[in-house]
Amino acid sequence: MSTAPNDYLLHLADNAVVLGQRDAEWCGHGPILEEDLALANVSLDLIGQARLLYQLAATRIGNGATEDTLAYFRDDTEFRNYTLVELPNHGALVGYAASDRDYATTIVRNFLYSALMVLVWDALQKSPDADLAAIAAKSLKEARYHLHHAADWVVKFGDGTEESHARAQAALDHLFPYTEEFWTPSAAEDAAIASGAATDVRTLRAAWDAIVADTLAEATLKRPDVRGYVPEGKHGRHSEHLSYLLGEMQGLARAHPGATW
Amino acid sequence: MHATIDDVWAALDHLTDPEIPVVTLRELGILRDIRETANGIEVVITPTYSGCPAMGQIEDDVRASLQQAGIEARVITQLAPAWTTDWMSEEAKAKLRAYGIAPPHTTPSDTSVIRFVRRVDTRPVACPQCGSTNTILSSQFGSTACKALYKCLDCQEPFDYFKPY
Repeated sequence: MSTAPNDYLLHLADNAVVLGQRDAEWCGHGPILEEDLALANVSLDLIGQARLLYQLAATRIGNGATEDTLAYFRDDTEFRNYTLVELPNHGALVGYAASDRDYATTIVRNFLYSALMVLVWDALQKSPDADLAAIAAKSLKEARYHLHHAADWVVKFGDGTEESHARAQAALDHLFPYTEEFWTPSAAEDAAIASGAATDVRTLRAAWDAIVADTLAEATLKRPDVRGYVPEGKHGRHSEHLSYLLGEMQGLARAHPGATW
Repeated sequence: MHATIDDVWAALDHLTDPEIPVVTLRELGILRDIRETANGIEVVITPTYSGCPAMGQIEDDVRASLQQAGIEARVITQLAPAWTTDWMSEEAKAKLRAYGIAPPHTTPSDTSVIRFVRRVDTRPVACPQCGSTNTILSSQFGSTACKALYKCLDCQEPFDYFKPY
């Protein structure tokens, strides 16, 4: 039986938990009540997916590993998520500009990521790794709703007012270069492909391009030209933002190991 | 006393969803199977949404009911095949409607990823209050992950729609 390498499971889990954490930053701060609830629910789905993947990885790793040791007691350089998902909920800040949440950035990021994940989960639900396939089949159902939600808002923003269009385009220009990381397999992804448990993500690129093109056309937004730098978050080389995110997420568990409530 | 499969079903039949107390776990398809194995009786439950916070409560409720009935059984969580709203019984759907939640349509048969992407399900969702299909989607996510928020344009009532999953 072909089983996915543990590093590959962690890559999938880390993406979900980190984006779940980012989206959860809107809890209590949503631009409208409906969106506050929507983002909280998307976060719950993502954290739920991460838990299933961490539980599976922990069972296979053994040696006392649990979902909690994997989520809370690995350091930033051990995380295998895309750089895209760890970026803050706003674009680049200049000088002493106050940090702020920008909903266009959050929505565009969720759109770019969920457009990839509907394709990845769809491929993985046929994986010969039955445990991974079971998680993928569930996650696919959820990712579809995440994509609907994000794509709807990309269209509303892009084809909305001058202000919403400009902010959506700025978010797209800021985030799009980070999607280059999707298409350059890591060692863990190569091993997963070689094991037969995972599909080569490069074969999904045309379908992803089609989803993006379709939505951006409806949104009257322009796909930025991307060339050059390829981020390496999934190799453990992250932006500085991940460390702060993990500091918040892991702080309680590390201060009070084994605490229950 | 050795409990039979029927005893276990009887002990668990009253358990309802913690969020939607009018439908039972069995009607929702969460309580999937009770089976006799070489290691004793197994109760098989399946999670709904991956992050559904009610699942922990559901598992606790099942264990507590088993204990109360003096039944020794293991509770197994099984992921595959993935839970679907298509498992919901007609009785359950009627109860949801009476409770004010529009029950789910069957999951779209065309599950092709690409085709599914932008075209949201266009089947009309009937208002559980007045029955009108002149309704509009307010948000893909309602009070919980499993529900979307709709509004009836005739009676003006907002309502939850249990999404096909």
